[in-house]
Amino acid sequence: MNKIIELKNITKAFDGEVVLDNINLDIYDNEFLTLLGPSGCGKTTTLRIIGGFESADEGDVIFLGERINDVPPYKRNVNTVFQRYALFPHLNVFENVAFPLREKRVPKAEINERVTEMLKLVALSGFEKRSVNSLSGGQQQRVAIARALVSKPKVLLLDEPLAALDLKLRKDMQQELKKIQKATGITFVFVTHDQEEALSMSDTVVVMSEGRIQQIGTPVDIYNEPENAFVADFIGESNILDGVMLRDRKVSFAGHLFDCVDAGFAPKEPVDVVVRPEDVDIVPEEKGMLRGVVTSVTFLGVHYEIIADIDGFKWMIQTTDFWDVDDRIGLYIEPDAIHIMKKSQYSGMFGDYSSFSMELDEIGELEDEKLEEMGEFVEPDEDAAPESGAET
Amino acid sequence: MRNKNAVSARGSLIQRMLLTPYSIWAVLFIVVPLFFIAFYAFTDSQMHFTLDNMRKVFTYRVNAEHTTPYYVMVFGRSFKLAVISTLICLLLGYPFAYRIAHASPRVQGILITVIMIPMWMNFLIRTYAWMVILQDKGILNGGLALLGLGPIHVIGTETAVIIGMVYDYLPYMILPIYSVMAKMDNKLLEAARDLGCNSLGVMRRVIWPLSLPGVISGVNMVLIPSVSTFYISQKLGGKMKLIGDEIEEKYANFDFNGAAAIAFIMMVLLLVVMALLQHRATKRSVA
Repeated sequence: MNKIIELKNITKAFDGEVVLDNINLDIYDNEFLTLLGPSGCGKTTTLRIIGGFESADEGDVIFLGERINDVPPYKRNVNTVFQRYALFPHLNVFENVAFPLREKRVPKAEINERVTEMLKLVALSGFEKRSVNSLSGGQQQRVAIARALVSKPKVLLLDEPLAALDLKLRKDMQQELKKIQKATGITFVFVTHDQEEALSMSDTVVVMSEGRIQQIGTPVDIYNEPENAFVADFIGESNILDGVMLRDRKVSFAGHLFDCVDAGFAPKEPVDVVVRPEDVDIVPEEKGMLRGVVTSVTFLGVHYEIIADIDGFKWMIQTTDFWDVDDRIGLYIEPDAIHIMKKSQYSGMFGDYSSFSMELDEIGELEDEKLEEMGEFVEPDEDAAPESGAET
Repeated sequence: MRNKNAVSARGSLIQRMLLTPYSIWAVLFIVVPLFFIAFYAFTDSQMHFTLDNMRKVFTYRVNAEHTTPYYVMVFGRSFKLAVISTLICLLLGYPFAYRIAHASPRVQGILITVIMIPMWMNFLIRTYAWMVILQDKGILNGGLALLGLGPIHVIGTETAVIIGMVYDYLPYMILPIYSVMAKMDNKLLEAARDLGCNSLGVMRRVIWPLSLPGVISGVNMVLIPSVSTFYISQKLGGKMKLIGDEIEEKYANFDFNGAAAIAFIMMVLLLVVMALLQHRATKRSVA
């Protein structure tokens, strides 16, 4: 595969605060690459450096072998779908999509042809004359995609493009984006904080935290072989325990010796151990490798989410069997369900499920972000306010 | 549904009550006077209907040899100076408004205050200040003399009147343009750059069209008072008379009918201009 973009030792600080710390990343032809991380991890800044809206303090941006650090955005063969679409309100749907072609003085007939083709690709044929303000969020999103694709860029940058859509529409758009990417063969660089979105759409996921890349890999790699405690915690649910690698394929944690499939650590090396909640089997107490008591049960439709106290460590277990609070249970863990990670700066920051505070923080963060986003938008809802008053 | 309607009816009652004071004001001091102007314009001193006042505006000549009727000429001069002043205000004000809108919030506050400060002073005083500056032995020529230049004769010319009008009306051009630009989403400018526009392209294809509503209200707010300017022309333009001066003089001489006729025609002309500008504005925003 061809490298399209290389980021080499990119460093960036705003007001002395480092937001990107030595980023190295290769982006290949025709791939769907996702920059994933919590807010403030530097993913959007990385995207903006590729787009040319920010310049790196140090390091190089290489585009098809050429250094483009100082090339302005309008000369880069890269287009962006902005978070809130940034459609031109003074132009109708057709003119929005035709915008980059008119700038390039493309002949009229060709503009017509290409805009029509693009609108067809995003399923908006017949909307040419509509004002962009009259469109729904999903439709505006499609216009933004058509406008960014019409000049056939090598790379399309998407900055949390689905964040403002409701859940169902978001799922549809995920499918559609993937389809468009396949159909056009254009490299997509997609920014999101939604790990599910990242896993379901991407060829390559780049997990970022605190201005650094934590792991680059396929969605399956990232989920099954997290590099450190941060990745394990951020992607899906995980029980993360302190352990000691006694020798190859033998690890001790939670006061018990386990067989595992990992090797290549120093003898008695302290490690982080990850066990996914769906990989833990609940067995009768006497048959368990570990023993404890159920402290909470939540029904989630597909499965139950059980929190069990094992010697003071709260495990999360997902199971389709019903267990009641205060039931005494045993845990059984297959060797290949145990994943060993090197100690990192994140060791000890994520552990058990003794409180959901970590998750709540994350949810709180997302809510804040959403509120922030909506702040600019929120207009007094004429219907809602009087209605609530009328009930009294 | 029933409840909701009751509430919204209550809401509109309050809204109507809020409108009442201004409605009374508007009727007493805008609608009634307009009616009087129209009435006086089409009546003689005996309050009989006549078109004589109108006819005089279009036919009166100071000297029978003049080809252009006197008031038509004054109208022409007023519009010419007003249009020139408006254009200068636009050329000075637009880049300045852009600059303010893209400054830091603190600098924005300072610059806006600087623009507003002259408006805190009565315009008569400002006009006198310009007389002092522009007269033949005034500050301007004094300064030029120090540089070994001049003297130049400005006072009593159309240039002096234009300077006075631009100085007076520039804030009215800057403020509406600034308020539109300050609200413009920076992401739109980034999008334009992303889609192939250099700085000039961004200006031409995004900033300018999106700022048009501000430009049009700025033009409205400068052009209309400029056309009816009177005092500035007397003080800075020597014996030059603009249409506002003519109206003032006729009222001073108790020729209410003649004054009303000129005022009426000026009003109609301005309404036409405003309608054209507004038409252009709405056509833009719909497109």
